[in-house]
Order: sequence, then C-alpha cells, then structure tokens
Amino acid sequence: MDWLTTVDHKKIGILYMIAGGFFFLVGGLEAILIRVQLWKPLNNFVSADTYNELLTMHGTTMIFLAAMPLLFALMNAVIPLQIGARDVAFPFVNSLGFWTFLFGGILLNVSWFTGGAPDAGWTSYAPLAGTTYNGDHGVDYYVLGLQIAGIGTLIGGINFLVTIINMRAPGMTFMRMPMFTWAAFITSALILFAFPALAVGLAALMFDRLFDANFFDPSGGGNAVLWEHIFWIFGHPEVYILILPAFGVISEVISTFSRKRLFGYSSMVFATILIGFLGFMVWAHHMFTVGLGPVANALFSIATMLIAVPTGIKIFNWLFTMWGGSIKFTTANLFAVGFIPTFVMGGVTGVMLAAAPADFQYHDSYFVVAHFHYVIVGGLVLGIFSGLHYWWPKMFGRMLNETLGKLTFWTFFIGFHLTFFIQHFLGLLGMPRRIWTYLDGLGFNEMNMISTVGAFLMGFGTIFFLLNVVITAFKPQNAPADPWEDGRTLEWTIPSPPPEYNFAQTPLVRGYDAYWKEKTDGHKGMTPAEPIGPIHMPSPSILPFFMGFGLFIAGLGFMYAKDWGNLFGSFKSGYALGIVGLLILFGCMFLRSVIDDHGFHIEEEEILRDMGGKA
Amino acid sequence: MSAHSHVEGQLPHEPEKATLEGRNKVLGFWLFLGGETVLFGTLFSAFLALRNQVLDGPPAHELFQLPLVALATALLLTSSLTSVFAVHALHTNRVKALINWLIITVILGAGFLALEIYEFWHYVHEGHGFTTSAFSSSFYTLVGFHGAHVAFGITWITLIIIQLARKGLTVVTAPKVYVAGMYWHFIDVVWVFIFTVVYLMGKVV
Repeated sequence: MDWLTTVDHKKIGILYMIAGGFFFLVGGLEAILIRVQLWKPLNNFVSADTYNELLTMHGTTMIFLAAMPLLFALMNAVIPLQIGARDVAFPFVNSLGFWTFLFGGILLNVSWFTGGAPDAGWTSYAPLAGTTYNGDHGVDYYVLGLQIAGIGTLIGGINFLVTIINMRAPGMTFMRMPMFTWAAFITSALILFAFPALAVGLAALMFDRLFDANFFDPSGGGNAVLWEHIFWIFGHPEVYILILPAFGVISEVISTFSRKRLFGYSSMVFATILIGFLGFMVWAHHMFTVGLGPVANALFSIATMLIAVPTGIKIFNWLFTMWGGSIKFTTANLFAVGFIPTFVMGGVTGVMLAAAPADFQYHDSYFVVAHFHYVIVGGLVLGIFSGLHYWWPKMFGRMLNETLGKLTFWTFFIGFHLTFFIQHFLGLLGMPRRIWTYLDGLGFNEMNMISTVGAFLMGFGTIFFLLNVVITAFKPQNAPADPWEDGRTLEWTIPSPPPEYNFAQTPLVRGYDAYWKEKTDGHKGMTPAEPIGPIHMPSPSILPFFMGFGLFIAGLGFMYAKDWGNLFGSFKSGYALGIVGLLILFGCMFLRSVIDDHGFHIEEEEILRDMGGKA
Repeated sequence: MSAHSHVEGQLPHEPEKATLEGRNKVLGFWLFLGGETVLFGTLFSAFLALRNQVLDGPPAHELFQLPLVALATALLLTSSLTSVFAVHALHTNRVKALINWLIITVILGAGFLALEIYEFWHYVHEGHGFTTSAFSSSFYTLVGFHGAHVAFGITWITLIIIQLARKGLTVVTAPKVYVAGMYWHFIDVVWVFIFTVVYLMGKVV
C-alpha cells in the first residue's frame, strides 16, 4: 500500500526500475523467440503471424516500456540528489507519470491474451496499420497503450525540467551541474518537444481506425507518408532521448573510476545540447527511399552526418578522462568502458546509413538491424547496466556482488557482439529484416545460428544480474555513504539509502564536482547552506494510481466500442465502459483540485536522531 | 515593486511567484505550453498537407461563413482581454474584481464554444462530415482539439472561481489563477493561427 501511494522520488525510481525491468524481461523473451525462429532456414517454430506480433511487441516494449522507464528509474533516483534537492518539483505528478506509464504498458500487453498483439511493426506504418490490412484489435492496443504511456513520459519530462531549473542547491550553477543531470535536462527537453507529435500521430491513427477518419487512407484522400513524417519527427529525437542519459551515466562512471575530473566538461555540455538540437533536424533520414527527392535527401543526409561531430567530441573526452587516470575496473566501469568502442561501431554504421545513395542498398536489410542494436543495446543497455551497478548501493544501501557483476558483463558483452556483429554481414549479403524465415542455400544459415547463440548468451548475462540482485537483497545493508570512495557528486555525501528528505541541510556548492572539491580542499563534507530545521514534505496519495487505472479502463472500452453489444437501446456498452474510465480520471482530477494538500513536517529532533545514527 | 506590497498581512507582490511551489507551477506551465505548441504544430502540419483533399465533399471556400467565424473570433479575443483584467486584479489584490472578470471570461468562452458547435452542426448538414474526406477529418481534428481546449479551460476556470469564492486569494490560489490565464492566452493565440490558416486561407481559391 505504501508503494501505491508514494510520492517520494526515490521510491518512484525503484518502481520504475521494477516495472521497466519486468518489461525488459518480456521484451528479451520476445527477442529470444525471434532468434529461435531464425536459427535455421525454413523453421516453423512460430507462425508468420506470431512472428510479426513478436517483432512488433519486441520493438515497442523495449523502446517504450523497458528502456525509457529504466532511464526514468535512474533519473528519479539520482537527479534530485545530484542537484541537492529534497524532491522533484511535482511529486504528485511524478507518481502520476509512473502509473500512467505502467497502465499503458499493461494495456499494450493485454493484447496477447485477447486475440492478437499489434503486428504492424513498432513504427506502425500506414496503410499497413490501417483497418484495411489490420482488421483486428492489435494496432488499437498499440495506439491506445502508447498514448497512455506517453502521457506519463511527457509529464515526467516537464517535471525534471522544472526540478533542474528551479531546485538546484545554492551555488549549483548550470555549469557546475553533473553531466548526468545535464543529460537528463536535455533529454527532458527533447521529450517535451517530441512526445506531443507522437500524441497527435497516435490520435490521428486512432481516429482513422476507430472513427473512420481519413488521415492516412489514400482512398479517403489521406496520405500514408504523412504518418512517416509525424512518426519520425518524434521517432528520431526519441533515439537521443534514449542515448543522452546513457552518455550521462558513462561520463559519471568513467570520471569516478578514473579518479579524474571529466575531461572537457564544458565541451561535453555543448556537445550534448548540439546533439539534442540536431536530433530534431534529421528525421527524414529514415525516409530516404520514400521518394522525397534528391534535394531533401541530400540535406537530411548532411545534417545526419553532422551529429558525428559532437558525438566524436564526447567519445574523445571520455578517452582523455581515462588517459593517465588511476582506473578501477569495477563492474560499473567495465560496462562504461565496454560502451565506448561498441557505441563507436554503431556510430560508424550510422554514418554509412546517413549516405542516402548507400542507404538505398542497406535499406530494410539486417545491416540496419545490426546498426540500431549497436546503438540501442550496445549504447543504451550497457549504459543502464553501468548506471544500475554504480548507483545500486545508493538506491538500496547494499553493494552488488562484484564477481557476479563481472560475469554479467562478460556474458552480456560477448553475447551482444556475437548476436549483432554478424548481422552486418547478413545484411550486406541481402537478408531482409522483418521476414519470419529464409530459404536454405542463401549463405545465411551459419551466421543466423551464431546470432541466436549470442542472444542466449545475453539472456544468461541478464540472469546473472537477476541472481546478483536476489542474493544482494538477502544481505544486510552494508553500503557506506560513499561506497566507491571516490564519489564526486552530491549524492555520495548523504547516507545510503538516503533518508526520506535527502538532505538534512541543503549543501552549499562551491565548484564543479562539488563533493570532490571539498575532499581535495581537505574538508570532511559539504558546508551546509541552511540551519537544521523542520522539513516540509508532500503527503502520499492514491489518486495517481486511480487516474492511471481510469485511463486503462477508458482505453479498453473505446477500443471495443464497435464490437460489444448495446446498452439502453443503441448505446454501445464499450462507450459506457470508456466513459466510466474517463469519469474515474476526471473525478480524481476534481478531488485533487478541491482538496488542499498541506503535506507534513519532519521535525528537527527526528532529523538530528537520523544524523546521530549515521555517525 | 509597488509601495503597498510590503504592508503586514497583505499578499506579497506577484503572489503567484511567492512560494517555490508557485514558481514551479508557473515554470512547469510555460514548458507544458511549449509541448502544446508542438501538439498544435503537428495538427496544423497535418491539416496543411490534407486541406485540398476534399473528394466529394464541399471545398473550404464554399463551406466557410466568415461573418460567423469573425464573431466567434471577436468573442474569444475579448475574453483574452478580460483575462488580462483578471490577472491585473490579482496583482492589485482585488478578489471581487478578479472573480467578476473571470466570470466574464468564462461567459465569452462559452459563447465562442456555442458558435463553434453551431458551425460544426451546420457543416455536417452541408455534407462535410468527419469521415467525408481527408480535409474534413483534419479540419474537425484541428479545430475540434482547439474547441476541446476551450471547453476544458471553461471548466477549469469555473472550478477556480469556486475556489476563489471559498478560500479567497492566497499564495495557493494565486498561481492557479495566473496559470489558467496563461492557458487562456495560449488558446487565443492558437485560434489566431486557426483563423488565418484554416479560414482565411480556405477562402482563397
């Protein structure tokens, strides 16, 4: 019950981690089923229809329900601590964001049990996703599930932006902010400007499917390419929404375990902003073969290649940070160091794909699959693993087992390269993507088998991580405030796990790497910026849970409005259920606006007792 | 800062920004409006891409009745002015005037909405239904999204009026009024674009 009503950013971070981790397992299982199907030619392990569903749900789940929530988990757990704040700007909204994401994700996965998951690919291209080719409810689940989950992401992004702009500790100027916070800041800005476009695209597709509108249906005057534009003006920034926080994690981890200041901090900040900006300018490079013409293709091609410049700046800065440092290869750092060459490889194939004429050859082949998995798994997932190992002691007060951690890294890392490196060559040989099987004698057999073996190795790596988590959970809390002993930022100045109010006294920040600066100046801890006094906290609330639940009910109802029988004459019972769901939502909004939440205070004595217990 | 704002027991100058919660709300709402701009931008793009796809339905220049739309525009723009008066009343701490200006704003907004509903009803009878063509789908989606925003704003400001009547003007209610004012202006600005892009450009054959 405590977990259903919490508005504490640290607990919400843990909720995001559990839910995101669960969907990561679901998406991973789908990937393994895909690889089992492809391990030999003319395999009939799953049917072609099931394969399309697996493929669609794997992509959708991994991007929206695994990767983003796991990043939100880290951001929630760490950002307020890194900037010296007691919570995020809108704790209630934070909780609401989590519950809408979770109920959206559940709605999407309910489709497995109600007669068919979405199967038009994670991009849901029209007209394939229209009712002409997709008469069942699969794509309805996609449209409504993502719409609901997207609301959660959008309000989460606004929340982080306000938190970072308004709630930094005294002295924490923008150019003293830790790199992870900077990355989260730019990511949140991208979310703010990308997700509304997706919302409109999904709404239009929903109108087309449920209410016979004509946005993307050529027979009604609609335009299928319009869907691609709308999807990718969201979808391309989405790639950077995913990767920038991973960049942030890598910056923190490499700097900490090299015992050196991050090389070229201000150029890192500039590069992050530039990547975020350019991320919006290049969406049509997903559409080179649509027929936009040579001028558009050339412009988007050049703009895409430009992104290599700030990314290169970041890569070299990480290398220079390690250069001459006294490097400790903890599990977190192994993941971070492994990230660098892997991401570079993904970047190089990215430049290859950015060349429009070459893209006509690579298009829709396994080369593309290999490229984006190098970026998203080799970049993002390694970054998330690194971040989880790095901040685990802070989140739970327990150290993860290093031996198991290293086993996780090596099996996952080797499995990853085994799976995807070879797919570049499969693609160059002409194996198409999104195809459920292939003929014998095309030269694809051995490489596909190797790829499948690699996928299982990645699965083992994930199992080792879960094992590590379970074993650690049964150990007593053993993490000190600064478990890596070289902590540089504010989160390492407070106990692990932190008390509910984070900071007994808001710290005074006197430079970049605030804690490191105090250490090198010979101080034991931060100078407080305020006297000890009672701390005001927001009260927990069950409303966000019910608001998410209401949206879930509404989505389900409207989806089946056409199928279900009538109620009171001609009124469809599906609409009735949908309206009930919306009433739950608006009822909760009404309650929230009329009931004043005064919160509560944590008294001075309790804070002093906590501080005494720590010493 | 005006001289009378330091008097003991009175609301601070700019009460909507007096607390951290208030400042967070105002900033968060500015950002939210940034997201709304993208939302409407995408809707406008879709409309512009599809506005000539009328199929068998009536084209825009035969359909639109500018006098009616001009009257609706006048109502909505006036309501933006009255919401400015409301925020001015907020800053000068005149609760009574604040409530009255908000009521006038809501009435003008409701008038606008009534005209829009009549307009839609009229168009449907002219053979311009939601499913007629890509033009009609994108028209009703864009203008309807705006109308839904107006309807939401009317409900929201009404709830704020009730809160003001019960609790008065405090550092808790002030940010709500201020933020609702921002929302109302935003709706107006969007309408100016709709008036230009949808109606005026629609009249150009």
